[in-house]
Amino acid sequence: MIALLLRDLKLAFRAGGGFGLGLAFFLILTVLVPFSVGPQSSLLSSIAPGVLWLGALLACLLSLDRLLALDWEDGSLDLLATAPVPLESVVTIKALAHWLTTGLPLVLVAPLLGVLLNLPVAGFFWLVISLLLGTPALSVIGTFGAALTVGLKRGGLLLSLLVLPLYVPTLIFGAEVARRGAAGMETTTPLLMLAGITAAVIALLPFASAAVLRVNLR
Amino acid sequence: MTLTVTDLTIARGGIPVLQGVNLVLRPGAALVLRGSNGIGKTTLLRTLAGLQPPVCGTIRGADETIAYAGHFDGIKPTLTVSENLTFWASVFGANGIQPALDAFDLQQLAMRPAGSLSAGQKRRLALSRLLVTGRPIWVLDEPTVSLDVAAVSMFAAAVRAHLAGGGSALIATHIDLGLSAEVLDLGRFRAKTRPVADFDGDFL
Repeated sequence: MIALLLRDLKLAFRAGGGFGLGLAFFLILTVLVPFSVGPQSSLLSSIAPGVLWLGALLACLLSLDRLLALDWEDGSLDLLATAPVPLESVVTIKALAHWLTTGLPLVLVAPLLGVLLNLPVAGFFWLVISLLLGTPALSVIGTFGAALTVGLKRGGLLLSLLVLPLYVPTLIFGAEVARRGAAGMETTTPLLMLAGITAAVIALLPFASAAVLRVNLR
Repeated sequence: MTLTVTDLTIARGGIPVLQGVNLVLRPGAALVLRGSNGIGKTTLLRTLAGLQPPVCGTIRGADETIAYAGHFDGIKPTLTVSENLTFWASVFGANGIQPALDAFDLQQLAMRPAGSLSAGQKRRLALSRLLVTGRPIWVLDEPTVSLDVAAVSMFAAAVRAHLAGGGSALIATHIDLGLSAEVLDLGRFRAKTRPVADFDGDFL
């Protein structure tokens, strides 16, 4: 299992691995927002938490169709399914590798991009906390979507449509934590809801992902 | 470990392709599957490898004993040859990729990215993976595709060594590997298409 994680990380960082795709998208989105909505700093600082959260979510979505499709195309997924590793742990490790190469970098650059959007000082801490709690859920839900669409050619469209509604609760509560934090309000309730969603998704979805993967491998 | 298949019916895309398949594969034996295109060789091998469930019938002795090599090589082009092999060795809990590299003459290529190999070299890498799995039953689907004559004899030698070590092999192939193997023609297991019960001739 460690070997699978290391392999996925290695593949992501080598040429053509797609590391940086999500980051570049996130950067482009947040750099362009002030140009499109205008430079009023009060407007920017009020929309900053929402824009950063939306950017992180879409950046995550962008890299999902490679998550299992590459392993499917070259036959590695068949071989992994016959290996002495349960598919549940294969999909969990895949989701973890996706989070380490996509979610975690987004969490780390979000405060820097917050400066561009004039995020209030109090909001930086809550932005990072909410993304740190929320992005693992995005990766795990995304792995489920990738497992559902793994045999389909150009399944990216279907994948996005399937995954987007599942992303909504995470987005609502994650952005709410960041918004309330930035406004200096109480954050406990949305923070607990966000943590609850992430914990539930991590506990349950790998079983669903493995089940649909078994069906798709037939 | 003896692989026993009793009265197996398998389907592809919901349509039964083979029915009543019986076969026994004892340690040290090899069995070559023959049959025309589309008869269900790949489907049978995938079913035995546990990648799809049988329609009915039983398979005994296939749990965690089968090393499967299908049409696709399962090679990551940006990893080197030895990284690819080391990965599969650690997944299967085996150690030492050296015997596998030796058996398929890959030492010279060990540090090359797998993406820069030729099709035949990739195939050799895919077959050398069988050696690092440490599994007793090899289930191989057209293993000699894109191999040259020298590589085919390399492969035959690897299979012979595997059989001598108490392993067994089930191979779907159309070429003669020079193994003393039983041949099973799947033609006689072809599934009979059942007449549709509510066929409406007037509809035509």
